[in-house]
Amino acid sequence: MSVDLKLYEAIKKTGINLLLSVPCIMLKGLLEVIEEKKEIQHIAVTREEEGVGIAAGAYLGGKLPAILMQNSGLGNSINAIKSLLELYKIPVIFIMSHRGAEGEKIMAQMPMGQITIDLLKLLTIETYILNSPGNIKNIIKAVDKAKKTKKPIAIILKRTLWGSLNEKI
Amino acid sequence: MRRYEALEEITEILTDELVVCNLGDPSRELYNIKDRLENFYMMGSMGLSSSIAFGLAISQPKRKVWCIDGDGSILMNLGSLSTIANNVPSNLTLIIVDNGSYGSTGDQLTYTHGKTKLEIIAQGAGFESISVIKNKSEISPILKNLGWRCHLVLIKTMPGSEKVENIPLLPEDIKERFMDLILK
Repeated sequence: MSVDLKLYEAIKKTGINLLLSVPCIMLKGLLEVIEEKKEIQHIAVTREEEGVGIAAGAYLGGKLPAILMQNSGLGNSINAIKSLLELYKIPVIFIMSHRGAEGEKIMAQMPMGQITIDLLKLLTIETYILNSPGNIKNIIKAVDKAKKTKKPIAIILKRTLWGSLNEKI
Repeated sequence: MRRYEALEEITEILTDELVVCNLGDPSRELYNIKDRLENFYMMGSMGLSSSIAFGLAISQPKRKVWCIDGDGSILMNLGSLSTIANNVPSNLTLIIVDNGSYGSTGDQLTYTHGKTKLEIIAQGAGFESISVIKNKSEISPILKNLGWRCHLVLIKTMPGSEKVENIPLLPEDIKERFMDLILK
């Protein structure tokens, strides 16, 4: 089974039933699986902060939403994470590709990529780092924690999840 | 017409619609006119009321959802108009009360006071049902006759807020009572 399919199956198993996305090249394969399977409602959004709003509304209406995005989108979402999700105690799952870290070829990704983990700590968002296919099962633990604590959580997808750093993504 | 009067008219028409209301003075005024369990009052995250309402609408497709947004707020999140117009939730009505100013922060002017026309932006985003209301007497006939379609209703008002108290509810309480009502 491909890494993208494994990620998809783990996401499905958690009961996540709404996926909002802003694309990243690292998420290309996973987004294709989501579109192919058509089992989980998927809506493309224009900006990550907008996704936080939609996720919050969907949670109020009984859904379990997650946002697929690049870590740069964390910066776009900070006020909504604090003054919407934290204020009202709404759990939203952030599944984030980690650009600007090991193996990155685009310089512009570095400034945000290098502070991402510290930023999540500062935001008091519990973070699960997936750096090899063996960690994918942690998605289930992470989502359970979000549901129990009613707090947002972050699942970081590292480049090494898909193989060696020299490969295309 | 002032926003408070527009909100009074809207409240008169409401039956069991779920309402997501923009933060600051609009939410305080709406609470003051008539509190309802079906109202979700925003207290932070300016700009996101249309997104919250859209998320609610797609997760509760059998219930009508009305969003009361403002010009300053929607200008912060114009991408939301594209997302809503392309996904076309037939149970969502986005009401934008356009008073051309940031009312909760001291009536600084927004660009809708100048050249910007939200109805044209909405049309460009893909909305197919758009109403522009300038007189109070038009609110009731238009809002009462909304069918199951994705609508955008722009209500042009004068700037200015009513002096009302803060909402004496905790954010978590607003959420809990709203979710209890929907998911019971």
